[in-house]
Amino acid sequence: MNYLFALLFYAATLIFVGGVAYRVYDYARTPAPLKIPTTPAPTTSGGVVFRMFREVVFFESLFKSNLWIWALGWLFHVGLALVLLRHLRYFTEPVNFIIAFIQPFGVYAGLAMAAGLAGLWARRVLVERIRYISTPSDHLMLALLLGIAITGLLMKFVMHTDIVAVKTFFLGLMVFEINPLPSHPGLYLHLSMVALLMIIFPVSKLLHAPGVFFSPTRNQVDNPRETRHLAPWAAKLEAKN
Amino acid sequence: MADETTPVAEVPKPAPAAPAKPAEKAKVVAPAFRDFSTITALTPDAMLGSNPYPASVAHNEALGFPGELAEGWEQKAVAKMGDLLGKYRSLKVYMDACVHCGACTDKCHYFIGTGDPKNMPVARQDLMRSVYRRYYTLPGKLFPKLVGARDMSKDVLDDWFRYYNQCSECRRCSVFCPYGIDTAEVTMAAKEIMDSVGVGHKYVNEIMGKVHKIGNNLGLPGPALENTLEGLEEDVLEDTGAAVKYPLDVKGAEVLLVTPSADFFAEPHVDSLIGYGKVFHAAGISWTLSSKASEAGNFGMFIGNYDQMRKIAMRIREAALELGVKRIVVGECGHAWRIAYSFWNTLTGVGAGANDPFAIELQKQLDHNYKQPSHICEVTWDLIQAGRLKFNKDANDHRIVTFHDSCNVARGSRMGDYAGGQFDIPRHIIKAVTNHYVEMSPDTTHERTFCCGGGGGLLSDELMDIRVKGALPRMEALKRIADKNGVNFMATICAICKAQFSKVLPYYGFKMSMVGGVHQLVSTAIVLDNEQ
Repeated sequence: MNYLFALLFYAATLIFVGGVAYRVYDYARTPAPLKIPTTPAPTTSGGVVFRMFREVVFFESLFKSNLWIWALGWLFHVGLALVLLRHLRYFTEPVNFIIAFIQPFGVYAGLAMAAGLAGLWARRVLVERIRYISTPSDHLMLALLLGIAITGLLMKFVMHTDIVAVKTFFLGLMVFEINPLPSHPGLYLHLSMVALLMIIFPVSKLLHAPGVFFSPTRNQVDNPRETRHLAPWAAKLEAKN
Repeated sequence: MADETTPVAEVPKPAPAAPAKPAEKAKVVAPAFRDFSTITALTPDAMLGSNPYPASVAHNEALGFPGELAEGWEQKAVAKMGDLLGKYRSLKVYMDACVHCGACTDKCHYFIGTGDPKNMPVARQDLMRSVYRRYYTLPGKLFPKLVGARDMSKDVLDDWFRYYNQCSECRRCSVFCPYGIDTAEVTMAAKEIMDSVGVGHKYVNEIMGKVHKIGNNLGLPGPALENTLEGLEEDVLEDTGAAVKYPLDVKGAEVLLVTPSADFFAEPHVDSLIGYGKVFHAAGISWTLSSKASEAGNFGMFIGNYDQMRKIAMRIREAALELGVKRIVVGECGHAWRIAYSFWNTLTGVGAGANDPFAIELQKQLDHNYKQPSHICEVTWDLIQAGRLKFNKDANDHRIVTFHDSCNVARGSRMGDYAGGQFDIPRHIIKAVTNHYVEMSPDTTHERTFCCGGGGGLLSDELMDIRVKGALPRMEALKRIADKNGVNFMATICAICKAQFSKVLPYYGFKMSMVGGVHQLVSTAIVLDNEQ
């Protein structure tokens, strides 16, 4: 089992990092031939950074759109972010004091994350419009994330595992040493689902995370009259004239 | 019955359009006003019967597209999608990024008016995303059912043709999407793919043929244009006693005005053209129209075809170079202003800041004390601020005015020096020339404005049902202030909005003459020197 999980996490990490890096490279190399920011849009690069910051941190557009989706989505994402930060303590020695400081908040964040996911799933089932657009994979994605959250919370509150051994296992992986992983069904489930999430990340809608930074309607400066914007393939049309 | 902007072979002089008679068109039904904005319930396949007329073989071939669907089109369509995915970052990111959160589902005017679930922006995108997933993603290749992937088939194509022609590319959904996914980009790509396999919309492709052949969307030849403009000069002289000129092809004029060809003869469009002329006259600016570039509209954008859009825009560059003008000004036309403001510098070098020979050739000719290109509203507002125009506001006292933000101006362009100038400048002008101004509900104006229902190349008669239904949210907002404040005039700065509302207003119990241009109001109030 130790070797199985070691292998699984090496593979998942490779696929996740390699896959996402490739997608980011692919987005970056694809030109945006026309200026299409959704206006009113910032007229300076600094303004665009600020717009993107508001979008990524506060989900500004979603806030304008629908308060329920915004509240549940934001709860989930902020919860997830804190939980991820909290988990850094299993991968670092010594633990950074900020990471140590947020440990208690991370626990509440786990609950918030699960609540947000449950709410989003409820909307997917109960709201006719959203039920219509949902595919089986949309439900499975929520199931997977909720499964990860619930197994994690179970290990915190109900059936503890040997967390020191888990940390030793992951610290070992980072220097290519295989240490024993506690034999614990909750932990096995939790880790398997996390690995699965990492594996499907680069081929699924989870790409919205890197994608938002490449969205031309959000990341372009509104200055088409002042500077000429020309994609390489469009410039070739001019050469033919 | 010909629509205002349906191409007409011979158009001798301005003629008011006949009022729409709802009774003639039994199928076209305006939805009832809602008491308050309720959540629209789904009515699957409500608009399944909305079938745009396909373009003929001749119309398609004239634009370099295959005449009709031929053996092996499925592979060709999928390959074209791959081509576009490599050329447009927007399409590539938008195909991947959607999480089906549902934020956009109630934002489209066509969904609100019809309840057809395929008019929800995300569902409209999914018509293409399902095919993208099947051919361009691993899960879609392995587990199509799981991720909602579909093979490219005739049924899928029919759905595309039907529902991508129920999107006016107004970008309202993109305002509300957490990733900025713009359904207009997807619709344009879908139309580009359909054209590449010989499936085009008759109205749009026929009009583009007219632009290439004759120079404008209406197929109005040079001599007819000259006649029309002479007629306008006589009319204005009679009305005001001022010898306002409407010049054509004048070399060495300071300003080249490029305006939608509907301005030359359609009502109420022509009243704004009269207004532009009066503004230039009053300010003493020499200006000209061009018979070569007698059309600001550019339907190449509607079908997402860069080559067509560039070719159509190139006429304006050529006219500007030939006439030696210093400034290029665009009349009241929504999508034309988006293309002029956002795309002209890219497509044709009309703008500033270039460092390549192609663009510099034109840019060194232009006067960069002014924005290039400028919107006619920017010109007028600058003149008002400089105190160079005089108005008798009381002349507009029979009107209680509101302003309809046109989608392409609101969400695809800008005016003035700061973000949002496109909202303020037209309103500043209206307030400078009228005494009675009322805003519509803020949920329906500025960046949240609703499309008139006729944009994106949907302004054809066979689509009247979807056009009427798509106007519902705007009509509701208008109804509220008409009842409460007595608003009787909705000003707008878009030829398509004007044509669409003229047709659609009667279905909702309003007078068709209730819509008009901002420069129509300017025209009414402006005081010309020789009529103190």
